Amino acid sequence: MKRQIEKESRGGLKALLGSQRIIALLTLTVLFVFFSLFGKNFFTRDSVVNLFESSYYTLCLAMGMTFIVATGGIDLSIGTVAMCGAVIGGAAYNVWHFPMWLSLIVILLVTMTFGAVNGFMVSVLKIPPFVATMGSMMISQGVGYIVSSVQTMRYPIITDPDGWFKRLFFKTVSGFPMGVFWVGLLFFTAVFLMRYTRFGKYVCAIGSNKEATRLSGVNTRKWEWIAYIVSGVFTGFGGMFYAATYTSVIPGSGSGNEMNALAAVVIGGTSLAGGYGTILGTLIGVFIMSILKNGLLTVGLQQQWQVLFTGLAVLLAVYLDIRRNRKK
Amino acid sequence: MTVLPLNTLEDDGKAGQRLKEEKRIVVSMKNIEKSFAGIHALSGAGLTLMEGQVLGLIGENGAGKSTLMNILSGVLRRDGGEIWVQEKSVDYKNPAEALADGICMIHQELNLMPQLSVADNIFIGRESRKGPILFRSRDAERAKALLDDMGVAIPVGMPVGELSVAKQQMVEIAKGISSHSRILIMDEPTAALSGSEIADLFRLIRQLKENGVSIIYISHRLEELFEITDSITVMRDGAYIDTIETSSSKMEQLIRMMVGRVIYEEPKSCSRVGEDAAVVLEAKHLSSGDIKDASFELREGEILGIAGLMGAGRTELARLLFGADKRKGGEIFKDGKEIHIRSPLDAVRHGIGYLSEDRKELGLAVNLSISDNVSLTCLEEFTHMGVVQGVRVKERVRQEIEKISVKTPSVDQLVRNLSGGNQQKVVIAKWLIKNCQIFIFDEPTRGIDVGAKSEIYKLMNALVEEGKSIIMISSEMPELLRMSDRILVMCEGRITGKLLIQEATQEKIMRLATPCQSREEAWN
Repeated sequence: MKRQIEKESRGGLKALLGSQRIIALLTLTVLFVFFSLFGKNFFTRDSVVNLFESSYYTLCLAMGMTFIVATGGIDLSIGTVAMCGAVIGGAAYNVWHFPMWLSLIVILLVTMTFGAVNGFMVSVLKIPPFVATMGSMMISQGVGYIVSSVQTMRYPIITDPDGWFKRLFFKTVSGFPMGVFWVGLLFFTAVFLMRYTRFGKYVCAIGSNKEATRLSGVNTRKWEWIAYIVSGVFTGFGGMFYAATYTSVIPGSGSGNEMNALAAVVIGGTSLAGGYGTILGTLIGVFIMSILKNGLLTVGLQQQWQVLFTGLAVLLAVYLDIRRNRKK
Repeated sequence: MTVLPLNTLEDDGKAGQRLKEEKRIVVSMKNIEKSFAGIHALSGAGLTLMEGQVLGLIGENGAGKSTLMNILSGVLRRDGGEIWVQEKSVDYKNPAEALADGICMIHQELNLMPQLSVADNIFIGRESRKGPILFRSRDAERAKALLDDMGVAIPVGMPVGELSVAKQQMVEIAKGISSHSRILIMDEPTAALSGSEIADLFRLIRQLKENGVSIIYISHRLEELFEITDSITVMRDGAYIDTIETSSSKMEQLIRMMVGRVIYEEPKSCSRVGEDAAVVLEAKHLSSGDIKDASFELREGEILGIAGLMGAGRTELARLLFGADKRKGGEIFKDGKEIHIRSPLDAVRHGIGYLSEDRKELGLAVNLSISDNVSLTCLEEFTHMGVVQGVRVKERVRQEIEKISVKTPSVDQLVRNLSGGNQQKVVIAKWLIKNCQIFIFDEPTRGIDVGAKSEIYKLMNALVEEGKSIIMISSEMPELLRMSDRILVMCEGRITGKLLIQEATQEKIMRLATPCQSREEAWN
């Protein structure tokens, strides 16, 4: 009897915890149905593929960001770091004539380095994440300018000798968007990391109660640091997707994208206070934003409306998060 | 202060202290030194713990018990002295090293991750895994088996933050046991527990002891120490004083050792306030989520004590009166007229001042000066056309803090730099300057040394002599008996008794404060 009562309360709680993810999922469905019915050319193959393609980049950043937000931190630098990586990768390919594959590795190395430096500042030097990553946001812009000599970097298009790079991420001949495959792979890796590894557990533990985690014999410094490096890796893939999708990368750009990523994380239900992170929620959050962006266009509202609606969605999500925490 | 060399203690142990000859020493700490920013927290501290022993560790606030235990469990590092664990000299750099040697500390502020499940909390740092991959279902099974062994029913998948404090504590203990700890340190484990929960805890402690686990038990509650410990080590001012066998010790003796002299406060013999004194504040059927139908009255010049265990709803009642929490029902009358208190601002307007139990968090802005803090309540009086008249404010604050003799060179002194007692006075000055008639003191002497305590008492007495009235929430029985004219006893959100001081005794208060069924009869 007693056990049953406890089970029930547990179910209720689970529903409570999961509620934001469910709300987000419902919102996504409602938006999709709405725009399919009322949008011009929204529910077409091209449009859906386009929806996916415009989401890869933000999704990568947002998945990385989810780990950091789960530790109770924030990373303001990922938008510009992704661009910095793409710019330096472009310089490697165009200026230093590295082979394409090596240039892609350069992108990852750059973003991982920024992640490692951010992690060092936060976990070892104890600089508040907001300040530390704001610094590296500016540094990454500066580095991008310097390395590229303020030149826009171009990536090969599909007909170039190194066009395999573009094909890797783009539609195949039959029209299947290959990017879905890669981003899906990253998504499942992130879910796996968050749910089934020590890393994911410790990331949430640190966000939940850092001191208690430390006293449990967990090397919190190390794991918090790793969270930023992991985020750096995802940021690097974000940079690659960007380069593949848009072909040209402008140095010093990318600021503001970290806010889109953060908005997606929050809309998805990861708590800004830390202690809980959901990759699936983040995925939903990213798609809510993409659907708003593409869908509003199809009903004749320009991009400025998307920004406005995203802002409202973020406020709503944060309010739900706060109310949920207050109930406890 | 005499510090016994601990090796002689061990010799003594051979003669008298040891109950069972075959028991070996598992922990021996000698002459431990520790300073924080040049101030000695520990100097010549130590203890000896036997296998399967429950050792009580007592001392006044600030005697260094927690510091000593933090050193043993690797949270802090010692500056000097020796620690032997299982006949091996050790110097733990972090909690993980202590844990590896089987030492586990259950901290006063529970150290759990509220959003994580019970099983995750128990096995954090020691998960079942292969490489980086976790086997979470295996941990859930292990956690369930462990808790079943302990005889506690807690769903292992539930986030710890949703459990009661008592159950959270059980989770902490399970965490300790699961790491094969042979030495458990419990810092005030019963502080937040109810009577039946304490009984459960003691049953568990006895069970652990039979399995050869040694336990260091820190508590202020002497009765508990008499019930559960084998020996008691007394600390004072960061030093080891003595260890005595529980069965041969007397409470008076322990208190004498703790404070270095006999303190036994004479309770107030009779109330100074007659039945005919005017009622200044009356509450009728107050209720909220935590408070159930509370009615009482406060008379002019009276100190009304509110007694109760942790979680009885004393602070909640005070916050309700002060308008800090939402009221669901009931009325409040001041001087016979009904008043509507919807926010702290309303309460202040009606001359009610609240001194929070948590001075640093809720009562003071410690990084501001005395003047800034005191004048916070009445800045509008000193504001002309939107500009604060700094000189006038300071002069007024100076007069006010002089009256209650705050020890400070100037009103510009930062509150952070004042002693606990003086900080408390600054909070009082804040309400005095506002000309409050009714003061609610929530644990007025918590964390304050003995000297400052008596000054606060003097000040409270001076306030009531001026005709002001005080509601005093306190967990310290001697304080309640010494200061109050009447005592309200609360239990689980209800007022379970009202005692005139002349009829109040510790036993009566305790009985009313303890949740039990038999009270239903006493209560009707």
